[in-house]
Amino acid sequence: MAYTLEFEKPIIELEKKVAEMRSLAGALDISSEIEDLEGRIEELRSEIYNNLTRWQRVQIARHPDRPYSLDYFQNSFDEFVELHGDRSYRDDPAIVCGLARINETSVVVVGHQKGRDTKSNLYRNFGMPNPEGYRKAKRMFEMAEKFNKPVICLLDTPGAYPGIEAEERGQAEAIARNLFVMSTLKVPVIICIIGEGASGGALGIGVGNRILMLENSWYSVIAPESCSSILWRSWDYKEQAAEALQLTAPDLKSHGIIDVIVPEPVGGAHRKPDEMFLTLKHVLLQELQTLKQLTPEQLVQQRLEKFDNMGVWVEQN
Amino acid sequence: MQWFQRKNKNITETTPREMPDGLWTKCDECGEIIYKKQLEEFAFTCPKCNNHFRIGTKQYVKVLFDEGSFVETDMNVRSGDPLGFVDTKPYTDRLRDAYKRGGTSDAMTIGHGTIEGRMISFGCMNFNFIGGSMGSVVGEKFSRAAKHAIEMKAPLIIISASGGARMQEAAFSLMQMAKTSAILTQVAEAGLPYISILTDPTTGGVSASYAMLGDVIIAEPKALIGFAGPRVIEQTIRKKLPEGFQSAEFQQQHGFADMIVHRRDMRNQLAQVLALLG
Repeated sequence: MAYTLEFEKPIIELEKKVAEMRSLAGALDISSEIEDLEGRIEELRSEIYNNLTRWQRVQIARHPDRPYSLDYFQNSFDEFVELHGDRSYRDDPAIVCGLARINETSVVVVGHQKGRDTKSNLYRNFGMPNPEGYRKAKRMFEMAEKFNKPVICLLDTPGAYPGIEAEERGQAEAIARNLFVMSTLKVPVIICIIGEGASGGALGIGVGNRILMLENSWYSVIAPESCSSILWRSWDYKEQAAEALQLTAPDLKSHGIIDVIVPEPVGGAHRKPDEMFLTLKHVLLQELQTLKQLTPEQLVQQRLEKFDNMGVWVEQN
Repeated sequence: MQWFQRKNKNITETTPREMPDGLWTKCDECGEIIYKKQLEEFAFTCPKCNNHFRIGTKQYVKVLFDEGSFVETDMNVRSGDPLGFVDTKPYTDRLRDAYKRGGTSDAMTIGHGTIEGRMISFGCMNFNFIGGSMGSVVGEKFSRAAKHAIEMKAPLIIISASGGARMQEAAFSLMQMAKTSAILTQVAEAGLPYISILTDPTTGGVSASYAMLGDVIIAEPKALIGFAGPRVIEQTIRKKLPEGFQSAEFQQQHGFADMIVHRRDMRNQLAQVLALLG
């Protein structure tokens, strides 16, 4: 049974109707009617997807059929070898890393990884990393620098895991250290938010020269539900919170926080994953090409300046 | 009955852990009534139970710096409202109230001064300004304090007290974690010591960026220090947290704080560490 989002129900209704007509069609020739209806479905889908609210985008970003990091590593790249472990405590399945090749360029890839069902979600801790996940990523960043390979990070997490053991092993330090280390990597670093970019847990692998966002992903300091619970003291204001936070790709592009919006197929990345894999591949190749022109010193300088300029303040006299 | 009335007037009920301006104050740990002058002598800790009061920049400067040496800088950096953020009330109203109440220009005050004659670039968070939350102004002032350290070839000391990110600045607020951590690479590159002092509370985005990046990390006794707030963790794991979880002592035990220093000893300890590093 496919997972349906509330606002997609009118489309599903029409699709059901088409299926019914098809099953009845046997003797009658109603193919032109079916075609009409299918045209209407596509129109409706475009209309809905061109007018998404921020909260609706959050829901698409969380769609259980949406491609995750490993899907991209296996499909947008031409080769992928997964590498495991932080060499200190354990392997964190909520962050996946490895070596990959995209056309002729070999790169180091790092991404959050969610699960598809209860079992795999428990294994992946719902994409919520522990400190060892960030430390595994740090190991990869340092290896990328050693072998002069560009780094590509895919962000998709509801947040760093808030648990007792995560605190004992220094969740805060693990994230902070990555921000520090990523700032001065002497290789190109490209970040792409592919689903949920929740707060420090996302940023912990998110400091790069170029920040990309899939059209229906979100990125902010807090999830709309948690924001609602803190600022409105109730869980019921998630829609308003999503609006207030301005957490979509177009919002962040207009605020200069991200550089590129990566278009998704109409109906979201999960609807035509192959098209999505190819789009991301092309965008990444373009970005790699641009960053290849910069010297290691320029790459570091550009990244430091980019983040030092982040923020809005006024100087009052 | 006169002293009774005076007590009611001077002890503010709304922010019980902030320092009242009256002559007397009450320790909210042990209930001891402390004369203000004595409290100052004890570096704003309770003489009876060692409870560390939550204090702001003005008090820390008094405790740490050579008298009259501290100069505040960059006080004109003020918060914008890039998102026109409105929850139950507009962000601009919250800012206006906080400016009025706190008397500080945001949740971070920066400047420079000397400790035992050694020039220091200094930043101190003010928890009473919107919970010490980190927005663009905190990030920018932090960055400037780091740059001043590099210009002056002086060590950088930052005192953290923060509940985390300034939600009303959303992604801008998140980016301050990267901004502050990135500039610290330049302090390190210049070979200058960065000492991070963690006070009650240091959580969220501040703990997951500059607070945890000190060459030397010093915590005040019993301060709450961690990434996720205790309430969030309890909701996630559906269990009560053990006694002392995320305390300064817990952090030291787990390897994330070099030492726990009583506020009365902080000045001497800083001077010693800096002399040894310098």
